[in-house]
Amino acid sequence: MARSVTTQRKAINTFFAWSIGLLIFFPILWTVLTSFKTEATAIADPPVFLFFDWTLENYAVVQERSNYARFLWNSIIIAGGSTILGIIIAVPAAWSMAFVPSRRTKDILLWMLSTKMLPAVGVLYPIYLIFIKMGLLDTRLGLTIVIMLINLPIIVWMLYTYFREIPGEILEAARMDGATLKSEILYVLTPMALPGIASTLLLNVILAWNEAFWTLNLTAAKAAPLTAFIASYSSPEGLFYAKLSAASTMAIAPILIMGWFSQKQLVRGLTFGAVK
Amino acid sequence: MATQQSRSAARLMMAPAVILLLAWMLVPLIMTVLFSFKKYLPMRGGDLGWVGFDNYVRFVTSSAFWPSVIATLTIVGGVLLITIVFGVLLAILLDQPMWGQGIVRILVIAPFFVMPTVSALVWKNMFMDPVNGLFAHLWKFFGAALIEWLSQASMTSLIMIVSWQWLPFATLILLTAIQSLDSEQLEAAEMDGAPKLKQFWYIVLPHLSRAITVVLLIQTIFLLSIFAEIFVTTGGSFGTKTLSYLIFQRVLESQNIGLGSAGGVYAIILANIVAIFLMRIVGKNLDT
Repeated sequence: MARSVTTQRKAINTFFAWSIGLLIFFPILWTVLTSFKTEATAIADPPVFLFFDWTLENYAVVQERSNYARFLWNSIIIAGGSTILGIIIAVPAAWSMAFVPSRRTKDILLWMLSTKMLPAVGVLYPIYLIFIKMGLLDTRLGLTIVIMLINLPIIVWMLYTYFREIPGEILEAARMDGATLKSEILYVLTPMALPGIASTLLLNVILAWNEAFWTLNLTAAKAAPLTAFIASYSSPEGLFYAKLSAASTMAIAPILIMGWFSQKQLVRGLTFGAVK
Repeated sequence: MATQQSRSAARLMMAPAVILLLAWMLVPLIMTVLFSFKKYLPMRGGDLGWVGFDNYVRFVTSSAFWPSVIATLTIVGGVLLITIVFGVLLAILLDQPMWGQGIVRILVIAPFFVMPTVSALVWKNMFMDPVNGLFAHLWKFFGAALIEWLSQASMTSLIMIVSWQWLPFATLILLTAIQSLDSEQLEAAEMDGAPKLKQFWYIVLPHLSRAITVVLLIQTIFLLSIFAEIFVTTGGSFGTKTLSYLIFQRVLESQNIGLGSAGGVYAIILANIVAIFLMRIVGKNLDT
């Protein structure tokens, strides 16, 4: 039952909520605006908000000067690759835990989550050493594997919660009709689980794209994704607001859009089902 | 019904994930523990043999240790306080009827999707820069004395940046929890004439208690190992060297692996203490 609300109350709520929302969003808005300014306008005193000559030159310069596309490509390969790899490994595991649960299923799930809690810095040197020994330092392959592993628990966990919502009777009916394990997974489960797999995919691309410990510590020039590229702007010679903004805007735009589509999954994925 | 055959198939299907995670956890962990008992300086002689608990003692007695503990507690505590208090208030506000609720929600959540290096750099340069930053303009406009944010108020600045990143997370989860509150309870309370503040204190807050605990624990785990924000803004100077940043410096910058590994073991133990509480809540939820 909805409570009746006066228009006045609603207007007050709207005013406050929008003010706070815009305040929180402002740094992003400011970055996007600045990316269309010239460097001179970007540091103008007093600052200029909307009325300036909009220009696209920063985007061109960022690409030209630092070969932005290469970092973007590294980000796409690493985030996409680690997610796909993770899904391939996690689907069978989550399937078996959801449909053939045993006494140990819960313990295994919790143990998997606990690996996610290991502080990265505690194992930094061993991983660094292993990477050097195996020639994986500053390679996309190495980073893809590491990021897949740090997100694997979340992937398994999310898929498990989605799979558990699929009624078991459907599987039994399929089995009665003589479906083999393979066809059961391919033709019965996969279509039903597809929305869940899709949102798991989305959330993990976001997490992998923004990962900023291993990407900063295990790459140099060749395999560096956008996180590392942006960090290189912290050196004094990179102090160009408009260009920094253009690079930042390009780095966050795709993920912002994906993120807005995955709000609901975010809660499920990041609280491990503890908040519904 | 699980047959013997489907059971062994299930085990087989679980194997890749379990084996990979087991290796990912155990191999580096064992190496870290082994290194922590050694004098190990890759740039100055390499593996110089076993030293017992020397590194553990030296790590906690070094002059950088206590400041790093204080820095860690300040950041984690400060960010938790800000994100949870404002998260609860914001969640309640967003739950009210209004126009354009969906859009406001999107605006509020957005910072969570900004990669840490971007948000740190944008705040550092475009807001906190002592000459050209927006704060500098704002301060000048009001005639206040300029602040060198990242050196004079380094901790405040860092807490601000990190809170901006995590407030959306807290808000989103608390909002989800508020929306599951049975509105009839509030209506009944209202009929009985309970004032808004009492409704909040006796109905809303208890309902949120579990969500708040979950936010607290998850954020603590992530905040304990916060890295990129410090790396990009202060590089660990001006009192912002947290425990995990100190370990990072010991390992990669001064290449003292034994000492860094001992610190790593401390960090792992600390994170596990927090994780145990989180696991309990998550585990309880699995049974229902």
